[in-house]
Amino acid sequence: MNQWAFVVAAYAFALVGTFALLVWAYSSMRRAEAEAEKLRTRQ
Amino acid sequence: MHFLANPARFLRIARPATGWLLGIGILLTVIGIVSGLTLTPPDYLQGETVRIMYIHVPAAWLGMLGWASIAAAAISQLVWRHPLAAVAGRAFAPCGATYAAICLITGSIWGRPTWGTWWEWDGRLTSMLILFFLYLGYIALAASERERGGEGRLAALFGLVGAINLPIIHYSVLWWRTLHQGESITLTGTTIAPSILWPLPLTTLGFTCLFAAAALMLMRAELAQLRVEARIRREARA
Repeated sequence: MNQWAFVVAAYAFALVGTFALLVWAYSSMRRAEAEAEKLRTRQ
Repeated sequence: MHFLANPARFLRIARPATGWLLGIGILLTVIGIVSGLTLTPPDYLQGETVRIMYIHVPAAWLGMLGWASIAAAAISQLVWRHPLAAVAGRAFAPCGATYAAICLITGSIWGRPTWGTWWEWDGRLTSMLILFFLYLGYIALAASERERGGEGRLAALFGLVGAINLPIIHYSVLWWRTLHQGESITLTGTTIAPSILWPLPLTTLGFTCLFAAAALMLMRAELAQLRVEARIRREARA
């Protein structure tokens, strides 16, 4: 198999994994902070 | 570290730091990856597959840094009862687990053309796999303790005991000389040619910034959840 196929596969896994981690962390943070803010302003 | 014991003070620093770490992390990672894929020469033995190094080495470093951070948070929690230590430990775990998994997968992909096999029960590979399973155990234990309203002391103890695996991973290539190569980069020097090595610090620093940004975002998420839970409890009592 072409060596570049292994390189592309490895980079794809690394970048997709990092992107997924960042998106998950960001959405968790936004959701939780929005909920906290909603409760705070309700008072 | 005690300066950050106050969650409000921590958040004043964490909010701007998250954006900066994300920006710098993305910039350095993109520059490092593009340079590693286009500007460096292929290795005389491994050919083009040596380029996997620019993501595999940072992933291995972050997989181990994640658990070292959990262990530091555990000491901080058990010895000084730092109020954010358990939150930090729970935030580091999924980040470290992600990079341990990336390290295992990219290492396996690198191993196929280099060693002729996807996997071997070699000391380094096996100890890294154990680290990944330790992460899964820590995540499950910490989540279960948090759900039961515990302080996370059991997870902290688990984090401390699991740190025994870190020197095992580090020295595995010296103790069990099987398939994985020995140490290429040490504190005193490197065996890698400078023309191939130079993008590695860029990707390592870039991925480390992204790791830190993800951990900060998860800490902020949990602190916000704790505020919501505290308010709901107060309202229920009133």
